Amino acid sequence: MNQSVTLHPLPADWRDFFALTKPRVMSLVIFTGLCGMLAAPGHIHPVLGFTAILCIAIGAGGAAALNQWWEADLDAGMKRTAQRPIPAGRMDRTNARDFGVALSFASVLLMGLAIGWLAAGILAISILYYAVVYTVWLKPRTPQNIVIGGGAGAFPPVIGWVAVTGDITLMPVVLFAIIFFWTPPHFWALALFVQTDYAKVGIPMLPVVAGEKVTRRQILIYSILLLPLSLVPWWIGGAGAIYGVAAAALSSLFLVFAARVGMRTRSGEDDPMKPEKQLFGYSVLYLFVLFAALVADRLILGQGISL
Amino acid sequence: MTEQPDSQPERKRIIRQRNLVLAIVLGAFVVLVFAISIVKMS
Repeated sequence: MNQSVTLHPLPADWRDFFALTKPRVMSLVIFTGLCGMLAAPGHIHPVLGFTAILCIAIGAGGAAALNQWWEADLDAGMKRTAQRPIPAGRMDRTNARDFGVALSFASVLLMGLAIGWLAAGILAISILYYAVVYTVWLKPRTPQNIVIGGGAGAFPPVIGWVAVTGDITLMPVVLFAIIFFWTPPHFWALALFVQTDYAKVGIPMLPVVAGEKVTRRQILIYSILLLPLSLVPWWIGGAGAIYGVAAAALSSLFLVFAARVGMRTRSGEDDPMKPEKQLFGYSVLYLFVLFAALVADRLILGQGISL
Repeated sequence: MTEQPDSQPERKRIIRQRNLVLAIVLGAFVVLVFAISIVKMS
């Protein structure tokens, strides 16, 4: 006799909801947002400062959840992402979508009511930029997805700055540009050593579509542009010598790592891709230390004029 | 989704933990709104 057993899926654990917000990416977003806030001229009450950073974090989490909801099928086909809550079968897609929408709305509303509607507006744009422009539109269509999509990750220091000053000036725009130009070498270094995964699911990453040679040259070009750009805050007087020296040293080293990637070719299928992995690791450290130097400069030398 | 015929205790544990985390988040939100209100009024 056949015994029928009704199987009910287990509900998603709270840790799965937390994983949906991409906490590791969020840490960089929180850090750059906090640095933008601390480097800005002016004062913000600690409670409001905390609220602004919380809103940036929640907004980033909401956008990440929407990204995972939309890309669940693609994630299932890649080794790096197959264990995420939706492709691993631990969470229902609808729950992920609703969670992402709720976090996004809550973050913008709280930012608007507590801090100001300009900061809230920029936060809303950054969420839409990542969840719609990048995830839905650019990523599956063009190998330049990372270049334009990099704008999404460049918003946090602008939001942090605007939360303090209440307006957009030259300095936050420069900070935006630094992250914008940092993003392509950072992601293309990653794409070089996980390109088989991207190719498998049909994401037109540059190494997949244009080949390794073009990607390596593009990494080098963006890294060359990043060097003078990172010095702009010092040149325009928005930051002092501490930042200037740190930016020159960090960006020069970035260029060295990028040159090692840009001027080599893969030795074979079993190439360990060490320079690419080193560039990827260093690029994360670079952004942390560069923004930390900006804050240290502001706190020690008192720079940060309203440019 | 992970499925087990005998998953009732596990289901209860997950839901209890989710409720606890949600309660903590809502409690923290109330405290935050209260603090923001005080700062805005001062």
